Amino acid sequence: MSIPFPSDEWIQDLSRQLHESASYGRSAKDWEGDFVFVVEPDGAYPNTAYLYLELHHGRSPGAAQIASPEDRTAEFMMSAPYSTWRRVIEGKIDPIQAMMTRQLKVDGNMMKIMRYPKAAKEIVDCCACIPTDFAS
Amino acid sequence: MWYFVAPQIVFGEGALSALDELEGRRALIVTDENLVSLGVADRVRSHLDRAGIESVIFDEVEPDPGVETVRRGSLVALQFEPDWIIGVGGGSPMDAAKAIWILYERPDLDPAEISPFVTLGLRKKARLITIPTTSGTGSEVTWATVLTDPDEQRKMAVGSRECLADMAIVDPVLTAGMPADLTADTGLDALTHAVESYTCAWHTDLTDGLAVHAIRLILEYLPRAVANGADMEARERLHNAATCAGLSFGNTMAALAHAMGHTLGVVFHVPHGRAVSMFLPYTIEFTANKSPRRYAELAALLGCTGEEGRVGAQALVRRIRGLCREIGAPTCLGDAGIERDGFEAKLEKLVDDAANDTSIVATVRVPSYGELERLFICAYEGVPVDF
Repeated sequence: MSIPFPSDEWIQDLSRQLHESASYGRSAKDWEGDFVFVVEPDGAYPNTAYLYLELHHGRSPGAAQIASPEDRTAEFMMSAPYSTWRRVIEGKIDPIQAMMTRQLKVDGNMMKIMRYPKAAKEIVDCCACIPTDFAS
Repeated sequence: MWYFVAPQIVFGEGALSALDELEGRRALIVTDENLVSLGVADRVRSHLDRAGIESVIFDEVEPDPGVETVRRGSLVALQFEPDWIIGVGGGSPMDAAKAIWILYERPDLDPAEISPFVTLGLRKKARLITIPTTSGTGSEVTWATVLTDPDEQRKMAVGSRECLADMAIVDPVLTAGMPADLTADTGLDALTHAVESYTCAWHTDLTDGLAVHAIRLILEYLPRAVANGADMEARERLHNAATCAGLSFGNTMAALAHAMGHTLGVVFHVPHGRAVSMFLPYTIEFTANKSPRRYAELAALLGCTGEEGRVGAQALVRRIRGLCREIGAPTCLGDAGIERDGFEAKLEKLVDDAANDTSIVATVRVPSYGELERLFICAYEGVPVDF
């Protein structure tokens, strides 16, 4: 059964996979910093969605779709149009290259993220494992 | 969407005289004590004198420069107020020059905040010239800066496309006195840059040709330059090769051999080029066991083989190992003088730091922790990677 993106179910599935991943756990064992992913509207998706992902010391204790970024305090906010998120999740563009070319905009200390590239890869790999149903 | 960036490059014998035409008032020369004692810094200074530019030398750059060093250099710059920063040396002085320049322009920044993801707003106070005195690092044409965090014993790559030099002066005369082992180590660094650039996940049409040509030049001229340091034709072609490799990987990325080499270099103080090149054949074998196409293609372009797949990739591995043996470079960690007990004691740190090295991001086949540990052991023992 596929899971729609973006949705509360989708971000919770990502959180569960990360929480259970030994490899993510080791690569992010010192990591502290939650994320809000902002899915911006474009031709393929008409709404704005906010997905909150809690990450702490190699685990993901929780996640939720939230109504507004003010609903949760997060150290990092990543924003991109829906179609860019889709290409990242499908592995069609590298998320680090997307950040470097500002296709994926980051609010937060990027160098902190760059000190955990293996963890970033694990997150993307987990995204790719979610049977995702895209809007178009 | 991607970028290709490069500074203005003045190259060939006598290129240093480009400084005679420089316009400005003051220049800070960033280098190391060795290059001062060899008279290289003074040669740069004499050209600046001809241009009517006052200069000061900051010669405190150590191998694998730390954050504190570049902070000290930036304080010198803030006091002297240069309109040019000139990095003269191998990778360490040039990387330090970039970081000193950034902190001079932006004293409010923590070096760890220098990233391609933020706008730095440089060139308000000064511009940057890079002058390599070794043929390997490519730092003269790249925007990355590698600094060492002494607390964590870990290298950190910082930088931004804004950190690219305004001018790179690639004069082979400056490499004439390099000893054979330094020539070998730095040449192998350039080789690793070019091979990883061609085969990494971020390779591009604009960088592939530079990588292939750099490899061809290195395979032909590195043995000659190591055997006879006075062979100026070999020196010049090798110097150009290192810059070609820098232009290539500076616009793509290094990969797994660099991730492993960075951590080995910091933990066991192995020279950078020797460290990354020792891992290169093992990382090729590992990656090619699943994704051999680019390696086989490269081997064919170099005339090593016409075979495809893993067989073709193996031909490239043999060619690289053959070069290493020809120039007397170690092909495994055990031969590089690293004691087994010390290696095993540090293996977990080596694995953890390599896994989270920035160079891992463009690696085509990212190893698991278990695979990375086995890779380190293969590279220590000098046995083929069959997984």
